[in-house]
Amino acid sequence: MVHRRAWPLDKQLDARGGKLLQTAMEVRGVRFLLGKESAAVLGDTHVIGLRFTDGSEIPADVLVMTIGIKPRIEIAQAAGLQCEAGILVDDTLQTYDPRIYAVGECVQHRGQTYGLVAPLFEQAKVAANHLAEYGRMRYQGSVTSTKLKVTGIELFSAGDFMGGDHCEEVTLLDSSQGIYKKVILRDNKVVGGLLYGDTSIGPWLFQLMRDGTDVSAFRDNIVFGETHLGDSGHAGENQASRLADGTEICGCNGIAKGSIVKAIREQGLFTLEEVRKCTKASASCGSCTGLVEQLLASTLGGFYDSTPKKKALCGCTDLSHQEVRDAILAEKLLSVRQTLAYLDWRHPGGCATCRPAINYYVRTAWPAEGLDDAQSRFINERAHANIQRDGTYSVVPRIYGGVTSPAALKRIAEVAERHNVPMVKFTGGQRLDLLGVKKEDLPQIWAELDMPSGHAYGKALRTVKSCVGTDFCRFGVQDSTRLAIALERGLERMWAPHKVKLAVSGCPRNCAESTIKDFGIIGVDSGWELYVGGNGGMKVRAADLLCKVKTHEEVLEVAKAFLQMYREDAQYLERTAPWVERVGLDHIKAVVVEDLESRRQLAARMDFALSQEKDPWAEAISGRLNIHAAPLRRIPA
Amino acid sequence: MEWLALGNIEEIPALGGRYVETPQGQIALLRNENDEVFAVSNRCPHRGGPLSEGFVSGKTVFCPLHNWQIDLEKGEAMAPDHGCVKTFPVRIEEQQVWLGLEKAAQ
Repeated sequence: MVHRRAWPLDKQLDARGGKLLQTAMEVRGVRFLLGKESAAVLGDTHVIGLRFTDGSEIPADVLVMTIGIKPRIEIAQAAGLQCEAGILVDDTLQTYDPRIYAVGECVQHRGQTYGLVAPLFEQAKVAANHLAEYGRMRYQGSVTSTKLKVTGIELFSAGDFMGGDHCEEVTLLDSSQGIYKKVILRDNKVVGGLLYGDTSIGPWLFQLMRDGTDVSAFRDNIVFGETHLGDSGHAGENQASRLADGTEICGCNGIAKGSIVKAIREQGLFTLEEVRKCTKASASCGSCTGLVEQLLASTLGGFYDSTPKKKALCGCTDLSHQEVRDAILAEKLLSVRQTLAYLDWRHPGGCATCRPAINYYVRTAWPAEGLDDAQSRFINERAHANIQRDGTYSVVPRIYGGVTSPAALKRIAEVAERHNVPMVKFTGGQRLDLLGVKKEDLPQIWAELDMPSGHAYGKALRTVKSCVGTDFCRFGVQDSTRLAIALERGLERMWAPHKVKLAVSGCPRNCAESTIKDFGIIGVDSGWELYVGGNGGMKVRAADLLCKVKTHEEVLEVAKAFLQMYREDAQYLERTAPWVERVGLDHIKAVVVEDLESRRQLAARMDFALSQEKDPWAEAISGRLNIHAAPLRRIPA
Repeated sequence: MEWLALGNIEEIPALGGRYVETPQGQIALLRNENDEVFAVSNRCPHRGGPLSEGFVSGKTVFCPLHNWQIDLEKGEAMAPDHGCVKTFPVRIEEQQVWLGLEKAAQ
């Protein structure tokens, strides 16, 4: 192998990686001539050798040249279009002649030419947008990744893998195993990666790159990939390639590895969305998404399209969540219907994905004037009760801080008895649940309970759990129940991008499990430790310490500020755990802890938003809210 | 075929639904953004979810339990899911909704 540079694949590998590749190839019998530039092919009727610029020669019977591709720009040049390496185009794929657009391998955009297919699809999309006179999209270049699975050698390289000034390099080198991993970071974000020998973390690294995720929380272990405390539904497996075909990958829909791979091959699936649509794998809870992406990468090899795409909110639009949100603010869009019309939705009625998301964005941006569209709420939030598998509902009244009274218990019991409620159960949130209630009976039961809604059904504040604390506990150093009750009263009826769970423990034993809560509080002798971004459900995450404060008032203010920042920034259906990892704890600290004025303003916005919400059960009982509990008609036999 | 008066179209929320109890079981009435009303049996072919509580858009209803999409004209679940629902004729005259039911066999 003859190569002009000092090591092979110099566009995808650095010197160290190149050396490993060279060694691996030499073991397979390949000899390398590096740093040699060809000058002439020798021979008259057939090749007999090759001469280099330094005068040396090498005999040859067969000469194979791989010289890459060169844009074919002869027609463009003849037509007078400006060209350099390729036909010059701008961000709308327009050439110097405004009547002519160009896409593909023939173009040069911002100094780059592309020989991979995914960037060309992106260019085509933008050009089509302009040819159709929508005039909305911009092409700003593509970040590409290279995956090779060549003769048993795994290689992954993406972005700026050479590093240099203003960059940090995290490297793992295991020469005897032939493994070399290098991750380049700038400002706590992944800007490049080079994996040789073990590319299993490739898709994950690339995702971090394109999302611009702050990795400071796991920087020390980044070369080892994702370390999960535990993902539910597939036994915590995170290496799809090592699993047997019969292994269940998608626990929600019962789909094994073999079925997914078969579908990818037989139905020609290329993207995660296609796998979801054709097999339902990762289409329900999504906790197996990483595994499914790994299967796509390993089944498709070099054809896996994982170049960054701006994620559209849903199939009705190309706009992302952030773009829709920005429009709602900038244009003061006050309802879902108005938003869909203004943004030229493909389906004027929207879909089950966009309507709830946009309703949330409208209400959060405009708490006083935004319309809360009942038909854009999931059934649970529309009926203010949790729908069950048989079409009945469950009723969970508020029990603040998990502390109740004999009178309240008696009332719940009497209502349950009177209505023959099939099941009465304690929830994880320290309250009682009446299950099996018919929709028709909901308003009557609410009236008899005469208690506020517990919002157990909503993307909303759920509960504030507590441990006993100084009221009675011999270990308690703080009054956890009083704070929990104050927090739940202070935050009830808060709507959020997803469910929000709090807890207050009265000492570091943490009996209320505050460290797996979205916002968790632990009492210590000198005050309260505040933790954020925990999660005890599908994907367990231990919360991060945000700050420590002295008083109840400070706890409430920080809680409101943090939750309001989450409400305004996070994407709909994003729990606090992934949101905190995405924006970075340092940023949250700066906004909510260190900047006191910012904290006050956020807390004030939260208070204002809360002041616009009424107890839904009271509204239903009074007739101001109609949940359509009864059937439209009863037609007799 | 018997035509039954169900009431004013405004009693069915736009982009949503209501249901009627009939001798033939519950029937969902779904109203879309163009004020077209569709009637299908109120049981999703998947696990029997009440379609009357789902999102309606165009000619589709999204089942509230597990988000199956049902084509309201054909009465069929959309790919990759398989299953059918019975469809019933609906007429709207001067804002009044009429449901067509076959008379039960004697």
